[in-house]
Amino acid sequence: MSEPDDDLTCREVVERFTEYLDGASTAGGRERIERHLAECLGCTRVLAQFRTTIEITGKLPEDPVPRDQREATRHFFLRWRETASGRS
Amino acid sequence: MDATAAPVDELDLIERLRAGDEDAFMSLVDRLQPAMLRVARMYVQSQAVAEDVVQEAWIGVLQGIQRFEGRSSLRTWILRIVSNIAKTKGRRESRSVPFASLVGDDVDAPPFDPDRFLGPGQEWSGHWSTVPGEWLGLPEDRLVAAETLAVVRRAIETLPPMQAEVIRLRDVAGWSSEEVRNALDLTETNQRVLLHRARAKVRRALEPEFTIEART
Repeated sequence: MSEPDDDLTCREVVERFTEYLDGASTAGGRERIERHLAECLGCTRVLAQFRTTIEITGKLPEDPVPRDQREATRHFFLRWRETASGRS
Repeated sequence: MDATAAPVDELDLIERLRAGDEDAFMSLVDRLQPAMLRVARMYVQSQAVAEDVVQEAWIGVLQGIQRFEGRSSLRTWILRIVSNIAKTKGRRESRSVPFASLVGDDVDAPPFDPDRFLGPGQEWSGHWSTVPGEWLGLPEDRLVAAETLAVVRRAIETLPPMQAEVIRLRDVAGWSSEEVRNALDLTETNQRVLLHRARAKVRRALEPEFTIEART
């Protein structure tokens, strides 16, 4: 099955990392990526760096809702609830 | 339809929203309103209009929750309501935002600099011209320096809006790819391309933090 022509270049492999990490590659695609990684230091490093990048990005705190905006939404909700219960 | 069934917490939350529970509503506001505003802002011309969109979307949520069938996750459904309202308003403002400007005009270009690879005609064409350096001094588990986080934050802020939103939802907020593509009305392929591009740029921004040249 695996002819030499079938081999991915580094450039092609790094294009597939998000797909690979999402588990969205086909079985054959996955196998080709792993075969390449087994022999390629550069791509192995970049994959590790992708994982590190994802991990660090995951540590960013999500934006908080500014207090006045939060209060405005709460008041809006309370008004809505009053009208809605008045209607039903 | 999202692959994951609604967890018990979510069913409970939906019940409480139906009953008009203020705490349940405010917990949604805390978790989702910043994303709602960002998504609205992609399609309308000002922050004020985006705030109107979000308010309208909350009305849609509060009314629609009675009939919500849980075929997608609650947060996916809510963001979809936001983007539908925002797109309609954007059209009325005659500000139909071209998809290309949201996703970034570089979206078809390879996310890695082609110069890093050997060119066509060479024996190892498409392979690294210089092997990428190893990252050193990586943070220990849970201990990421504030300045490193600031680098990531700045890198995300400079992305085209849709790339920024995809990486925020996937990697900052931890949504699944299915939730993100439903929430933002993207194809699976588009979602992945945008995420890949965003991650490649954040990786690039982090590179100097962890390579030797930058440390000496």
